[in-house]
Amino acid sequence: MNNSSLNKVSFTVNGQTIEEEVASWVTLLDFLRERLHQYGTKKGCDHGQCGACTVLVNGKRVNSCLVLAARLEGKEVTTVEGLSSNGELHPMQAAFLEHDAFQCGYCTPGQICSAVALVEEGTASTRDEIREWMSGNLCRCGAYNNIVDAVSEVLDAQKGVRV
Amino acid sequence: MRAYVPDFDITVPDRLDDALKMLAEKPGFYRPLAGGTDLMVVFNAGHQIYKNFLSLHKFQELHGIHVTDEEVEIRALATYTDLRYHPILKAEFPMLCQAAAESGAGAIQNRGTIGGNIGNGSPAADTPPALAAYGAEIDLISKDGVRSLPFRNFQTGYKQMDLRPEELIRGVRLKRKSGRLHSYRKVGTRKAQAISKVCFAATVRLESGKIVEAGIAYGSVAPTVGCCEKLEQKLVGLSLAEASKLDPMEVKKLAGESISPIDDIRSSGEYRLKVAKNLAADFVSNLENLNV
Repeated sequence: MNNSSLNKVSFTVNGQTIEEEVASWVTLLDFLRERLHQYGTKKGCDHGQCGACTVLVNGKRVNSCLVLAARLEGKEVTTVEGLSSNGELHPMQAAFLEHDAFQCGYCTPGQICSAVALVEEGTASTRDEIREWMSGNLCRCGAYNNIVDAVSEVLDAQKGVRV
Repeated sequence: MRAYVPDFDITVPDRLDDALKMLAEKPGFYRPLAGGTDLMVVFNAGHQIYKNFLSLHKFQELHGIHVTDEEVEIRALATYTDLRYHPILKAEFPMLCQAAAESGAGAIQNRGTIGGNIGNGSPAADTPPALAAYGAEIDLISKDGVRSLPFRNFQTGYKQMDLRPEELIRGVRLKRKSGRLHSYRKVGTRKAQAISKVCFAATVRLESGKIVEAGIAYGSVAPTVGCCEKLEQKLVGLSLAEASKLDPMEVKKLAGESISPIDDIRSSGEYRLKVAKNLAADFVSNLENLNV
């Protein structure tokens, strides 16, 4: 028996307006991948533990596997696909390339979205604080040192601008 | 993998009044959904027994942290991030900020709520010991109005609460008073982001050099938050110097009487009891070193 209703929601993904009916059980992660065919956001654990599915909702990082699409009315979602502008990589994407901050790359979109939010939050300045604030994003390949290097570079560059 | 998902439904009302009416009309039918950082995990794992979620996120009445001269009111949908950075909470109720900071990573802290942490009823939740130690009041709302009770009386058993099927948790209130000392300790497999083996929240309040109030509470070592009333009573009336010279064996005995730790997947009862007693003895013997 199907008890589930369809929920009409309107929100944006990387600036594009989405107006869809979604079934109650559809997570934002599955919506991005299966409805919009945007595969940048990765499904790792589907339990909110690994961080591979991290995206920004109204600028705040969230695990998209734990967010139901039916609750997104009026929200602005940004995924790794939405970070670059005018063909230029986001500074965090460029820093990940520069510092070789990955091996297999599966966790990378989540790492980058999380790191973009971390810079915006302004809570981390030391390497230890970067480690703490990136701790919700696991990297099976163990590229943590290079990830910290990349995030650190972007933070330093931003400080330079501020000064 | 997931349960049979077509059985699952979510309702997203625009107004709190409508939600309260729905709860009253079908008691026990809906499961309130706040941040979803726990219920969604269980859902994705295929173990979710609740089929009808009621999303609370649109209700402005349940958002925010409101401060008056007398008290701080934390509404149910305040997130761990909200708690962690709130200037008044940091200054006056730092154990709540620490509990929030050690629960999950940044993305979880952005979604998880204090109302969910309470409403799940888990004895291992990290904010309830701090709420019990600070003597918080909890406010429950239904279509008939608001009912308030001491947070200490709210949990009645393992995952059991004094929460009627037609009620929602509106929030908690904390009395603002000067002269408090605080000590919050979470003991888990890791320093943070692991569910506690033992959680300890303790505060004393001083007036004219004497302890006039004490709140000492444990998480993860009893079916509910464990409050050490005998140890609290023992501390009241003493100066910090007198209290810190109490016999540690007596402190441990009093602390141990209020808890009943069990063996489970995270730890053994024996380990928990020993650590819990040590945390109490450590707190009392170090009272003079705590900063106001």
